[in-house]
Amino acid sequence: MVSSVTNLGRSGVFDWLIQRVTAYVLALYTLFLLGFMVFSDVNYETWNALFSQTWFRIFTLLALLSIGAHAWVGLWTVTTDYIKAMAPRFLVQALCGLTMFVYVIWGIQILWGL
Amino acid sequence: MLVSLYRYNPESDNAPYMQDVEVDIPEGKDLMVLDVLNLIKERDSSMAYRRSCREGVCGSDGMNMNGTNGLACITPMSKVVKKNKLVLRPLPGLPVIRDLVVDMSLFYKQYEKVMPYLVNDTPAPAIERLQTPEDREKLDGLYECILCACCSTACPSFWWNPDKFIGPSGLLQAYRFLADSRDTAQAERLSNLDDPFSVFRCRGIMNCVSVCPKGLNPTKAIGHIRNLLLQRAT
Repeated sequence: MVSSVTNLGRSGVFDWLIQRVTAYVLALYTLFLLGFMVFSDVNYETWNALFSQTWFRIFTLLALLSIGAHAWVGLWTVTTDYIKAMAPRFLVQALCGLTMFVYVIWGIQILWGL
Repeated sequence: MLVSLYRYNPESDNAPYMQDVEVDIPEGKDLMVLDVLNLIKERDSSMAYRRSCREGVCGSDGMNMNGTNGLACITPMSKVVKKNKLVLRPLPGLPVIRDLVVDMSLFYKQYEKVMPYLVNDTPAPAIERLQTPEDREKLDGLYECILCACCSTACPSFWWNPDKFIGPSGLLQAYRFLADSRDTAQAERLSNLDDPFSVFRCRGIMNCVSVCPKGLNPTKAIGHIRNLLLQRAT
């Protein structure tokens, strides 16, 4: 058992499952948006109408949280593979975490027009 | 034929270097790479490499031949030699002791971690612990591993984290005991593997499958371990 405290969950199987589940959410969201762009006339009115519906705001928030979790698992893996010294590795991980946190909060602000 | 050899003697060399040697191959023969090495050693006895059974059973002569890991004793020249040139290097990712001889300590340490022995705390029967033919069949494709380290040293995940990621060879053995109907320590074995490194550092690159000289499939075994962990945790 290798101990680790900087990964998303406390277990390997949790990280693995989260990455798979969030991948499905992101794929679904991307396909939906692509479908929307192909099958409807994209202009300010339709775009605004889409994002003013609560279900789509929730779906978008889910996609945002999924991106945060998915990217955290992925970038954490990349940093532990390639950055061997503890200080720069922790710094990069902290920067990634901060960036994702800002994006999620900013996303909420944009979605609900706060 | 031109053979380019990785040479390094820590007692006399400051750094490793490649040595080109011209070898006369007997006409009409498809020698094994180990035979070529033996021909070289006849002329230059300072050349160091491991070998023992010379028939792909002991797993001593794993090395990198023209960029691909394999056992020198069962790899014919016709399979690896390109443009009449053969480049021989030690297994990648492990510290070199001398020439083609590597230090396998980390590899064995990872192997040791998976408890590669049967654990059964029930009273021993009079003769032996029996297994149905179906249960025995589950071990096929797992028990044949000879620990040559060709797979683990071909795995980028093992190159980056050889101290934390168990590697394809160790994980194949981990599943060999997880799948054994006579073993009673499945829960303990799985608990030892459920961290982000031991199993989950496998990214499904499958170099292990393409280089295994015994034709085994560590990636598939790792998938089975992952499923067992998932079943236990959900």
